[in-house]
Amino acid sequence: MFQWKKVFKSVWFFIFLIFLLILWSYFHYPVVTVAVLASALRQSTPLALGALCGLIGERSGVINIGMEGQMLLSAFLGFLVSVWTGNLLFAVLAGVMTGALTGLLLAFMSVTLRIDQIIGGTVINILAFGLTGYFYQVGLSTKGKLQPISLGPLQDIPLLGPVLFNNPPITYLTLLLVLVMHYLLFYTRWGLRTRAVGEHPRAVDTLGINVFFMRYANVVLGGAIAGLAGAFLTLEAVGSFERGMTNGRGFVALAVMIFGKWTPIGSWGAALLFGFAISLQTQLQFGGLITIPHQFIGMLPYLLTVIVLAGFVGRARPPASIGMPYTKE
Amino acid sequence: MEQIPVLQLRGITKCFGEVLANDQVDFDLYPGEIHVLLGENGAGKSTLMNVIYGLSTPDAGTIFFEGSSVQIDRPRTAIDHGINMVHQHFMLIPVFTVAENIMLGDEVTRGWSLDRKRAYQEIQQLSEDYGLQLDMEARIENLSVGLQQRVEIMKALYRKTRVLILDEPTAVLTPQEVDDLFEVMHQLIRKGISIILITHKLREVMHIASRITVMRRGRVIGTTSPAKSNEGELAAMMVGRQVTLQFEKTPLQTQEVVLDVQELTVSDEQDREVVHRVSFQVRAGEILGIAGVQGNGQSEMALALSGLRPFKRGRLCLSGKEMTSLNPRALMNHGLAHIPEDRQKHGLVLPYSVADNQILNTYHHFPFSSFLQRHQQAVLTNSNQLIDQYDIRASGPGSPVSTLSGGNQQKVIISRELNRDICCLLANQPTRGLDVGSIEYIHQQILKLRDQGVAVLLISSELDEIMSLADTIAVMYCGKIVMNTPADQLTKEQLGAIMAGS
Repeated sequence: MFQWKKVFKSVWFFIFLIFLLILWSYFHYPVVTVAVLASALRQSTPLALGALCGLIGERSGVINIGMEGQMLLSAFLGFLVSVWTGNLLFAVLAGVMTGALTGLLLAFMSVTLRIDQIIGGTVINILAFGLTGYFYQVGLSTKGKLQPISLGPLQDIPLLGPVLFNNPPITYLTLLLVLVMHYLLFYTRWGLRTRAVGEHPRAVDTLGINVFFMRYANVVLGGAIAGLAGAFLTLEAVGSFERGMTNGRGFVALAVMIFGKWTPIGSWGAALLFGFAISLQTQLQFGGLITIPHQFIGMLPYLLTVIVLAGFVGRARPPASIGMPYTKE
Repeated sequence: MEQIPVLQLRGITKCFGEVLANDQVDFDLYPGEIHVLLGENGAGKSTLMNVIYGLSTPDAGTIFFEGSSVQIDRPRTAIDHGINMVHQHFMLIPVFTVAENIMLGDEVTRGWSLDRKRAYQEIQQLSEDYGLQLDMEARIENLSVGLQQRVEIMKALYRKTRVLILDEPTAVLTPQEVDDLFEVMHQLIRKGISIILITHKLREVMHIASRITVMRRGRVIGTTSPAKSNEGELAAMMVGRQVTLQFEKTPLQTQEVVLDVQELTVSDEQDREVVHRVSFQVRAGEILGIAGVQGNGQSEMALALSGLRPFKRGRLCLSGKEMTSLNPRALMNHGLAHIPEDRQKHGLVLPYSVADNQILNTYHHFPFSSFLQRHQQAVLTNSNQLIDQYDIRASGPGSPVSTLSGGNQQKVIISRELNRDICCLLANQPTRGLDVGSIEYIHQQILKLRDQGVAVLLISSELDEIMSLADTIAVMYCGKIVMNTPADQLTKEQLGAIMAGS
């Protein structure tokens, strides 16, 4: 007996629906569709990176709500280095390093000092807002931002080409990172140990694995990824810095991570959906396609989240020991 | 026979603050033996094992492994020497599969990837060699406790164990699972693995040990073997005085019925009827022992009788008064005392102090409070008095109850429940996981109540406990009372057979 109910509730059905919608739209409004999808991918990049940062931290047992701050600080330092040196590669590396250092700070607070992890993350957020607000000077200018690299003939594929194969470097890197992280987390020794540490640290300890090292390493790595997200904002998306420019993306990334059930590919899908909703909203507001008040259209991403969360994503279970500092006896 | 001990401890000493957990401990383990380490809770067994396993470093003393001195400062070193430990609380990751749990920490890799295929083959091979059947792909959380323990043993075998430490492995098992475990242990020693078994269950010790070392208050009291000793002697060595395992009871003076349960039916969380039309009566001065293998409806029945779970059908009378479907406080006020099965979940508020736990059912009465105010002094006086009276080993009335040993936690519950006028005691597994000294004490208290004319309903899966305490024995099987007879008309063997459902 074929179970229609199960099919309607599955994520694949939902993906199929979206696919049909995109095709329909492409045949009627090709230019708009390409613009919306390309923008969706760009919008999703910082969210996907943030979710990757959050999920390896949480998989190893450390909640990271300081991503907003990590991104902001990295965005700021990446921007400054770009202003000083004019070298975008150095600037991106500076952003990544800044993220890793904030990760180190979070790990120190939550693993070594065993401070409540929510407080630790909040400290980083406040620190980042304070520092960037204080040191920010108006009128700094850079020699531009990271430019799209087109992947030759791939670019000429209809619909897919302009959306997927004509992007700036960090967007490509994000797609790669999603796959790498998925492999790392589920197919390697490192991943097995990381997930074990987040579930039952004492068990891992009795097997001779260093719990503190695993947590430090993952939180620092996560910080570096959040740093990349920050670098994306100033060096690839906007090209300059503004106060509070992360605009809640660090927190949305947390939601994206949960939405994606703490898996890299799931989170990427969730990030795409958010990105799609945001770009659709922008398009509807400025494209003049629909004439309902823009406040309602502004609700779109959130409405979509609620519907999808309620209908299509099953119950997710967080790692068992997140938020709990580990103490040896 | 002259053999080199595989493991030799000399003069191990370990202090925790003021407390001397291990004092000059010597211990030998020979190849292929089951060496039982016996002692009460807090005797220092676990500390000693943590020293061997590298979880804590001794302040003094030497460990010899196969004749040469070794430094074991972390579990990795122990594992590399072939020393493995199955902890009392299993060290398994619930959401991982069996195979993942076994290989974690000693993963087989090919390039960067985990080589699951080869790991599976290796584990499969081991599981055939030792006759331990396991489903590699099953998730730990879906396995029974007995199977989880099997996974733990497989973890040790996978690491080519020479010395296997089992910390109270039988505490969580059903009798059938215990038999299986013993079978596995015999298998292991035949293959030359040495086992250290930590326990405080005397009967098991006599059954399985090659040699027995008894510890008390951090010291080794002596080493013996089952052939040269008996249960009474071992108990005396553990506790440091003669322990009564059998009690003299005054004959039952049948009086009026206190607890009267008629046609009780109770459902579990999933709304399945797990207690079917159960009826029994307990008279004043009588102990009704309800025997039965765990999971035959006893837990749900006890919760229902204490007011924590609704009756689906049936009536409850206490001293002739209708009490059906009253809430726990009302039942308590009518003289029902309850020693719950899970003392940490239903019996105590773990982060609270001893003193506060002792007034959990009377805090709203004078002298502990009046109107809005709490009288701390009265609470403390009450607690100090109870600590003395019930010999509770705590650093004071203010210490959190979570820091106490299991036996002392149980004493806190008993001091609270018995410290008022009661007519009926509902004791569910009152001695689970406790050592002989505490068991003896709790049995004495229950008998004392009986002699004072309290009706006692004792639910236990320990046959010995039922046999030595109960005046009348009922057996629960599949949610029904299948037998109800005076205790002196039964032998242990008959009772065991009925419990198994024959």
